[in-house]
Amino acid sequence: MKHCLVVDESRIIRKVVCHLLEEMKFYAEEAEESMSALESCRVQMPDVVLVNLGNSGGLELMRALRRGKTEKQPVIIATMTEHDIGHIAAALSAGADEFVLKPFDLHSLQEKFVQTGLM
Amino acid sequence: MNAADFICLADLLKRRAGFHLAPSKTHLATSRLAPVARRYGFRKTDELLAELRDAPEDLARAVTDAMMINESSFFRDKSCFEHFRGVILPSLLSARAASRRLRIWCAAAATGQEPYSLAIILDEAKIAKDWRIELIATDISSAAIARAAEGRYSHYEVQRGLPAQTLVRYFAQDGEHWRISERIRRMVSFHRFNLLDSYGWLAEMDVIFCRNALLYFEPLAKRACLRGLSDVLAADGYLALGASETMEGASTAFAPDDASVRGIYRKARSAAWPIALAS
Repeated sequence: MKHCLVVDESRIIRKVVCHLLEEMKFYAEEAEESMSALESCRVQMPDVVLVNLGNSGGLELMRALRRGKTEKQPVIIATMTEHDIGHIAAALSAGADEFVLKPFDLHSLQEKFVQTGLM
Repeated sequence: MNAADFICLADLLKRRAGFHLAPSKTHLATSRLAPVARRYGFRKTDELLAELRDAPEDLARAVTDAMMINESSFFRDKSCFEHFRGVILPSLLSARAASRRLRIWCAAAATGQEPYSLAIILDEAKIAKDWRIELIATDISSAAIARAAEGRYSHYEVQRGLPAQTLVRYFAQDGEHWRISERIRRMVSFHRFNLLDSYGWLAEMDVIFCRNALLYFEPLAKRACLRGLSDVLAADGYLALGASETMEGASTAFAPDDASVRGIYRKARSAAWPIALAS
């Protein structure tokens, strides 16, 4: 079973996304902010990390994950509320592989997972 | 919609576009035609339908356009584009090394995502400088082809199938929309074309993409169209149909290229080299 970590300040969004992930047969884990996200990555590196770009420290989290000399590099997908080329470019240069616009449904999340080779 | 109106509409679509309108699609037809009815000053869709028996050309065309399915997305069916990038393009670059010329035709281009996806792959292959590449995009709907030529897409459209790196590299933000780079836009020439018309202006295509159009064709139109595509495809060219489309019962001119990628065909040996077989 593949493992996904959802990093978002909003508890409701974490719940909704974890529910989508379970429907997609992923093991879903959640973190409210970057420090606890990094902590759980140290314990076990997920296959994919969904990082809310609006979180304070969201970009730093992506950079830290990319700097990490871990055996396995996760797929990083930035989630964002604004479709703005500046935000997308910032996420990509911080190490994100893809982005998905919030709010997203099962179908768009699946598309991004297929695109990044997770499914 | 009463039965007589349905028959009349189905007949018009069959005649003009080879389109098979299933009776189960009555509801869809009514909702698609409502905006056309408003545009032409009819108070109700039924009034428009009553006019169809003797419709002037522009109304008949507007009705046909409105009934076409313009569903599309960038790199739709990833495996087909991967096959283009990894197999079709390298094989043609070697086969055409002398002429350095490639002709590619998207025959059901809808709103342009497919030809632009191919243009992006060609751009990434960095051959534009040394090769003459013609990328022709056609669609029966003039509204769709006008949108395609504009190269302007919504957030939703660019989010589907387009890798983020490609978006940032090839698109510029334009208010609420995204515009494809001028360099890519200019690689494609757009024309309105009905697959039931004469293919005379098209010849020696190295690659034809005709995906998810024949699916809606009635059998005779599908057969005629495949014959036309076979006529204009180069002997060693490639034809891409939609992943769920088949040739069964419609044509023997083509054979699957690679069993692992659905929808990619080449000319069948007997059709491509009849002289060799006869000798």
